[in-house]
Amino acid sequence: MVSLEQLKEHQTVRTDPVPESQALVDVRQLSLWYGTKQALYDISVRFPKNQVTAIIGPSGCGKSTLLRSLNRMNDLVPGVRVKGEVLYEGVNIYDPRVDPVAVRRHIGMVFQKPNPFPKTIFENVAFGLRLMGVKGSELEDRVVEALKRAALWEEVKDRFKKESGLRLSGGQQQRLCIARAIAVEPPLLLMDEPTSALDPIATQAIEDLILELKERYTVVIVTHNMQQAARVSDRTLFMHLGVLVEEGPTEVIFTKPKHPYTEAYITGRFG
Amino acid sequence: MEILKQRPSRHPVERLTLLVLLLLSSVTLLTTLGVILSLLGDVVQFFRRVPLAEFLFAPEWTPLFAEPRYGIAPLLAGTFLVTAIALFVAVPLGLALAVYVSEYLPSDKRARVLGVLELFGGIPTVVFGYFALLFVTPLLQKVIPGLSLFNPLSAGLVMGFAILPYVSNVAADAMQSVPRSIREAAYALGARPYEVALKVVLPAALSGVIAAIILAASRAIGETMIVAIAAGQRPTLTLDPRETIATMTSYIVQAATGDQPVGSTAYYALFAVGFTLFLLTLALNVLAQYIVERYRERYE
Repeated sequence: MVSLEQLKEHQTVRTDPVPESQALVDVRQLSLWYGTKQALYDISVRFPKNQVTAIIGPSGCGKSTLLRSLNRMNDLVPGVRVKGEVLYEGVNIYDPRVDPVAVRRHIGMVFQKPNPFPKTIFENVAFGLRLMGVKGSELEDRVVEALKRAALWEEVKDRFKKESGLRLSGGQQQRLCIARAIAVEPPLLLMDEPTSALDPIATQAIEDLILELKERYTVVIVTHNMQQAARVSDRTLFMHLGVLVEEGPTEVIFTKPKHPYTEAYITGRFG
Repeated sequence: MEILKQRPSRHPVERLTLLVLLLLSSVTLLTTLGVILSLLGDVVQFFRRVPLAEFLFAPEWTPLFAEPRYGIAPLLAGTFLVTAIALFVAVPLGLALAVYVSEYLPSDKRARVLGVLELFGGIPTVVFGYFALLFVTPLLQKVIPGLSLFNPLSAGLVMGFAILPYVSNVAADAMQSVPRSIREAAYALGARPYEVALKVVLPAALSGVIAAIILAASRAIGETMIVAIAAGQRPTLTLDPRETIATMTSYIVQAATGDQPVGSTAYYALFAVGFTLFLLTLALNVLAQYIVERYRERYE
């Protein structure tokens, strides 16, 4: 239906672009290669502060790759190469003088499958705080605070210091992972298909949580689930074959998409 | 329904295969049982002649003296001493190697390094034994006055290298089995590689790492050639690594190659020591199994 050659020359279709002043993250002409295979083509987009941006697109479209280049997680992949800039609060995180570890301490991440450490619930949430040198009663307060904000506190308050994070249910584990990510108060939270391994009820709980988190954090969420994108996000990016095809306010993308590929995808007539 | 009336039948070749496999695998089991039973007979003979209290509490092991004593303590002390020295070398080096290989080496080099280590573990221990006696001991004698020609220090140090691959490879395997997703979680929180290795992967692999150490200890206890050659064959109740000692294994070598008449107490003593050795290593292996089962993390 669509060839890479055509798409490579494609200019992203934008509706109500985010002004520079409102952007927490400003991606400028980002291209990325895994070895010789190019995964992202010249992507430029801004992620607005205190809003939820969803990235949608078919499998292999590069949505996770784009997400992972926002906190330099792609650095862990051998043979990865990046061109372009990702400005985080005006600083290019790919500047050689920037320490990727410092970048990741500012940006939280939640993964596709819940991945708690084989440690107690407390130690899971405390991990990032300990890395920053938080100790004693402040550590304890912030762990409890994070568990509360991740809507897990009521369920685990009697046992959070003793029980292993691995003993929780899938949905609870994912909320634990969210608590772990937000405990260090990262201004930006990246979520890579956070509900794809969960049942509908657990998914609902996570979605409610995302809407609450928006008050304090900027969220970028990759999702396969278009209803989810429609429910939780303010803006939506549609990607295909490593190209950012269209971006704009979520209601525009879902009701009046401008690009035929976007329309084909959201109406389910795609790939 | 016709199809429901058919009885489930095994294909003849399937039956034959099963039978052959069963027979072959029972050979190993039966051999082990046979060894234990034949040992037991001689062990019983020994304890008819020597009281258990003598065996457990007498401070000397002198089966060939005019007035023989049969206290296992000096042999246990010798074994313990050499094993402790070997672990003192093998555990820190092996764990450091495991962390490096599992967490720092790219995956293509990882297999190669583990392979080389396995090769290292395949060096005949008799070679290690002579290396200890002819190279390490003279070297140590220059810095440690009063070091006997045969001593547990040199034997233990060299044995530490001989059992190093058991620690490093088993521990590296355990660390490799920690899911990638857990490492990613730590990196995403801003952990540095050493923090990921030491604060996340190593604790997550702890049961496997402890099992690796126990297995290495059990190897060290059962190791024979290095101690027989380099540690000496004089049972001494001491924990001084400079003195000549004997371990359980080196006593067995000495007795088995010596000329105790069959049926003498000294002859049966051989089996009593062998059985003690067997029980000790069995206990350690069971302990290792238990720790792996009990403390293994289940991620799914």
